[in-house]
Amino acid sequence: MLVLVVAHLGVAALVPLLAPRLGRAAWAVAALPPLATLVWAFTRAGRVLDGEPQHESLAWVPALGLRLDVRLDPLSLLMVLIVSGIGALVLAYGAYYYRGRDAGREAGWLLAFAGVMLGLVIADHLLLLYTFWELTTVVSFLLIAGRRPDTERRRAAEQALLTTVLGGLTMLLGLIMLGRAGDSYRLSELIADPPRGGYVPVALVLILVGAFTKSAQMPFHSWLPVAMVAPTPVSAYLHAAAMVKAGVYLVARLAPGFADVAPWRLLVLTAGLTTMVLGAWRALREKDLKRLLAWGTISELGMLIALLGAGTRTAAVAGAVMLLAHALFKSSLFMVTGVIDHQAGTRDLRRLSRLGARLPATCAVAVLAAASMAGLPPLLGFIGEEARYDAFLHGGVAGVPWTPLALFAGSVLTVALSARYLWGAFAAKPGLPDTPARRPAAAFLAPAAVPAALGAALGLLPGVTDGLTGPYADAYQPPAGDKPYHLALWHGFTWVLGLSVLTLLLGLAMHLGRRGMAAFRSSLPRLPDAQGGYRASIRGLGAFAISFTRVTQVGSLPFYLTVVLATVVLLSFVTLLSGASPTGHVDLWRSWTELAPAAIVLGAALAATMIRHRLAAVLLTGAVGYGVACLFVARDALDLALTQFLVESLTLVVVVLVLRRLPPRFTPESPSARGRWVRAAVALATGTLVAVFALVATQARRDGSDAPDYARHLAETGSENAVNAIIVDFRALDTLGEISVLLVTAIGVVSLVRVWGGEDAEPGQTAPVTGPQEPPVYARDQPPERSPAARWDQPRQHWLPGVAERPGAERSVAMEVLTRVLFPSILVFSVFLLFFGHYGPGGGFAGGLVAGQAFVLRYLVGGRTDLGLVAPIDPGIVAGGGLVLAAGTGLVPLAFGGEPLSATTWLHVSTSLSFDIGVYVLVVGVILKLLSAAEGARA
Amino acid sequence: MKSLDLTMALVVGGLFAAGVHLMLQRSLTRILLGFIVLGHGTNLLLLTTGGADPLPQAMALTAIVITFGITTFLLALAYRSWRLSGHDEVPDDIEDRRIGDVRERADTEPTADVEDDEDEGDDGFGGGPRARGPVGSGDRRGEEGG
Repeated sequence: MLVLVVAHLGVAALVPLLAPRLGRAAWAVAALPPLATLVWAFTRAGRVLDGEPQHESLAWVPALGLRLDVRLDPLSLLMVLIVSGIGALVLAYGAYYYRGRDAGREAGWLLAFAGVMLGLVIADHLLLLYTFWELTTVVSFLLIAGRRPDTERRRAAEQALLTTVLGGLTMLLGLIMLGRAGDSYRLSELIADPPRGGYVPVALVLILVGAFTKSAQMPFHSWLPVAMVAPTPVSAYLHAAAMVKAGVYLVARLAPGFADVAPWRLLVLTAGLTTMVLGAWRALREKDLKRLLAWGTISELGMLIALLGAGTRTAAVAGAVMLLAHALFKSSLFMVTGVIDHQAGTRDLRRLSRLGARLPATCAVAVLAAASMAGLPPLLGFIGEEARYDAFLHGGVAGVPWTPLALFAGSVLTVALSARYLWGAFAAKPGLPDTPARRPAAAFLAPAAVPAALGAALGLLPGVTDGLTGPYADAYQPPAGDKPYHLALWHGFTWVLGLSVLTLLLGLAMHLGRRGMAAFRSSLPRLPDAQGGYRASIRGLGAFAISFTRVTQVGSLPFYLTVVLATVVLLSFVTLLSGASPTGHVDLWRSWTELAPAAIVLGAALAATMIRHRLAAVLLTGAVGYGVACLFVARDALDLALTQFLVESLTLVVVVLVLRRLPPRFTPESPSARGRWVRAAVALATGTLVAVFALVATQARRDGSDAPDYARHLAETGSENAVNAIIVDFRALDTLGEISVLLVTAIGVVSLVRVWGGEDAEPGQTAPVTGPQEPPVYARDQPPERSPAARWDQPRQHWLPGVAERPGAERSVAMEVLTRVLFPSILVFSVFLLFFGHYGPGGGFAGGLVAGQAFVLRYLVGGRTDLGLVAPIDPGIVAGGGLVLAAGTGLVPLAFGGEPLSATTWLHVSTSLSFDIGVYVLVVGVILKLLSAAEGARA
Repeated sequence: MKSLDLTMALVVGGLFAAGVHLMLQRSLTRILLGFIVLGHGTNLLLLTTGGADPLPQAMALTAIVITFGITTFLLALAYRSWRLSGHDEVPDDIEDRRIGDVRERADTEPTADVEDDEDEGDDGFGGGPRARGPVGSGDRRGEEGG
C-alpha cells in the first residue's frame, strides 16, 4: 500500500520533466499510478469485504513510537476506489483540457493530489492521517493558485489554505487529545475500543471543526465557491473525490466509535442538514454553471456528513451509497461543464442556449449524471435517496425530530438545482441566439461519460452496491427486531417511495415556477454573507497584528528589558511558590566578620544606582567588588577571593582609562514618574525573588554534592587544590572554551576601539580628524652636549626607558621608582602563583592576572613606549600562543591513544601544568591586548 | 542539611536589585555597571548556596574571568557609542517604532467580487438580451488552456 503512495508521488515528480517531450501522452503516464491502485484495490476487495482488513506497518521514528500504519478496510476500500478511479478519469480528461506549458505541472500536482489523498484514506495512525490531511491542503493550494500571477486565483487559494489550515490545526489538537485519552494513536484500535468521558467530547468537537472546514460546512463553506476560479479538472477532482471528501471520510471513520458521545450527533446533524438546505437554496441563484455545482457540492457534503455521522446502520448504508453516487455524478457534471466551457467558450447560463441540440452526446451524459443527482430511478442516486429516507424515518436517529423534514427540503432543492443545471446548460432560451459550439472529441467526453454510466449500472445492480457498502455499515448493530436494511430498486409501495415521488414532483415544480420563486426569494431577508465574514476576519487579524506590534514593539531597550525581567520574575515566583517547602530555621548571620563587608557591599551597590557622577559610580562598583572578595575570604574560598581582587583591580583600571574621556556626569534621564516606579519595582522584585530562591535552594538541597567524588579523584591528579584541579583537569574542556571566549572578547574590543585607526577623533564624528594638537611638553629638553664628566651627577640610566615620552605633568617620580623596583618582583610572584596553584590558592588565571597587573603598572607610568620596550612581542601572538599551548596540551594524549585533555603525572609534574601555563600566557596576552586598545581609546 | 543565613540572602538579593536597576537605564555605562554588579551577585549566590563544594567555586571562578571579558567588551561598545554620537545613551530603535505605524495595507479586494448578488430576475429571459454584461468565463479560458 505504501509503495502505491510512493509511486504516485514519484511519478508526480517525473511528469513535469516528461511533459515537454511526451505532450499529451504525459497525462497517460500520470494516470498509470491511480489505475494500478484501482486494479490492486479490486484484487484485494474480496477479502476486505469478507472482513479481513489488510494491514501494513513500517517503522518511521521508532524512538517516538511513530509508525507508518496503513490499513485497508471496507470504508478505506470504498474511498480508494473513488480516489483512484476518479483520479484516473480526471487525469485522462486533463489531456484534452489543458494545453500549453503549464500542462506538465498541473498533471504532476493532480497526481500528487491523488497520492496524498490515497495516503489519507488508508492511514491508520492519527498523526499520519493528519500529515496527509495537511498535504492535501498544500497541494490544493498550489492547484488553485496556479503558476501564473493571477490575483483572483491567488486570493482564492489563500482563502482555501487559511480556512482549511485553521481547521487542520484545531483538528490536530483534537487528534492528540483523542490519542492520549485512548492511549493509542491507531485509528482501528480507537474505533474498536473507543475511550469515553474525560476530555473526549472536547477532542471530538475539535476534530469535527477540522472536518467541517475541510468539507466546506457552514459557516466555513465560503472558500469552496471562491475556489471555482481553478481549472475545471482541479474542481472536478476537488469536489468529487479529494479534499472535501477528506472531512466526510473522517466523520465516517470516527462515527462508529463516537457517534454516541454527547455533542457529536447534534453537531453533525445540525451542521450537515443546515448546510444541505441552505447550500442548495443558494445554488438556485447562481448563473455560473461551475458555481452552481459548487453550491450543490456544499449541499451534498452536508447531507453526507449528516448521514455518515448519524451513527445508525441504515444511515451509514445510505451515506456510503451517496458517497459513491456523489463522486460519480459530480465528477461527471464538472467534466461536462469543462467540455461546455471549452467548446462553447462560456459557462454562463445566461449566454448558453440550445446547446442540447448541438452537443447531443454531452447532453446525454449530463442528463444521466444530473438524474442521478436528483434521485431518479433506476440510478444510483435513487437507491441512495430511498435509503436515506428510510434511515431517518425508521432507522431511529433519536432526539433530533426535525431531521426528516430537513432532509426532505434539501432533497427537493437538490432536484430543483439538477433541473436548473440541465436547463441552464442545454435548454433553448427564448430571446437568446443559439450558442455556437464545436462537438468535443470522443476522448474528451469519455472520462465524463464513464462515471455517469457507472452511476446507472450500479443503480441497476443494487446487489453489487450493497456488497460494496454493507460491510462498512455492519460496524453498527441494526435496531433490535429489524432486519438489516438492504439496497434495492423496489421495496414495494411504502411511505419512502411516496416521499421520493413527492420530492421529484416538488423539485420539478420549483424549477418550473422559478420566476415566482425568485420573487419569493428576494422578499426574504438576506442570509449573512460568509464571504464578507471571512474578509472581515482577515482584515481584523491584520489590524490586530499592527496594533499589537505598536504596543509591544516600542523600540526602547529599557522597556524590552523590563518586560523580559518582569516575565522571569512572575514565572519563577509562581513556580517557586507552588513548589516551595516550608522554610526551616534560618540563621540571621553566620559570623560577625561577614557583617561589615556585607554592609559595605549593600551600601556601595545602593549608592552606585543613585549617583550621577560617572567615575564615582565606577569606583562604587569597584567597592562592591572588593566587598564581595572580602566575603569570599570569609567563606574560605581563597581561590575565588584572589581572582576577584585581581579582576576587580584590573576592571577598575581599564574602565577608568576609557571612561575618563566621557562626560563626567550621566545625561540626566527624564522618564515619567511611572517609569521610575516600574523600574524600581522590577528591580526590587528581582532582588526579592533571588533572595527567596537562595533561601529555598539551599534548603532543598538534599543529595550530597559531587565534592566527595572530586576529592577521591583529587589524589590521582597529585593536586591538593580541588578548585584548580577542576579548572585545569576535570573540567579542562570548559576552561578551554572559556579562555577562547576571553580571547575573542579582547579581539572584539580592539576592533571596536581601533576602527578609527587609533588616531584622534572628536566625538560625534565617524572619520578621523587631525585637529591642532598641543605639542607634548617634555620635562627636560635635551640638554646641550657637554662632556660626560659634566653629567657625573645625572643618572646614566632612566628608571623606565620609555617614560621620557610622557608629558611632564603626567609623571610621578615616586611611581616610576616604585614600578621599577616592583615590576620584577610582581612577575616572579605571578610565576609562583602559577605553580603554587597545584597546592593552594593560585593557578594560571591568578598568575596571569598578577603578571598582567605588572604590565598595567608599567603602562600607567611609562605609557605605550615603555610597554612596547618591556613586552616587545605582539599581544595577539602572546594570547594566541597561550591558547595554542593549552589546546595542544589537551591534544597530546591523542597521540598516545588517550582521551583528549586527560592529564598524566610524570615526575611529580602533572601535564595539566602545561595547560595552566597556556592559560597564564593567554591571560597576559589578553591584558596586553586590552592595554593596546586602551591606548587607542586614549588617543 | 544546612541553610543559608539571612544576611547573605539579603546581600545577594540587594546586589541583584541594584544590578537590575542599573541595567534598566539608558546610559551604556550604567548598563555596564549593572552587569558587573549582577555578576557579583551571581558569583556570591553560587558560592553561598554551594558551600564547601569546590565545583561551584570553580564555576564562580570561571564566571569572574568571563565577566571581566564581557565587561571590557561592553566598555568598548560604550566608548564607540560615545565616539559616534557624543554620548553613550541607547537611543530608541526608530525602525522598531515604524513597524507599528505602518498603515494597514490598502484593501485591494475587488468590489465586483465573484459572489455577485445581482437582482433575481435572471431567470426571465423574455425581454430579450439584457444590456448587463454576463459573468462570462471567456476571459479566463486563455489561461486554462482553452
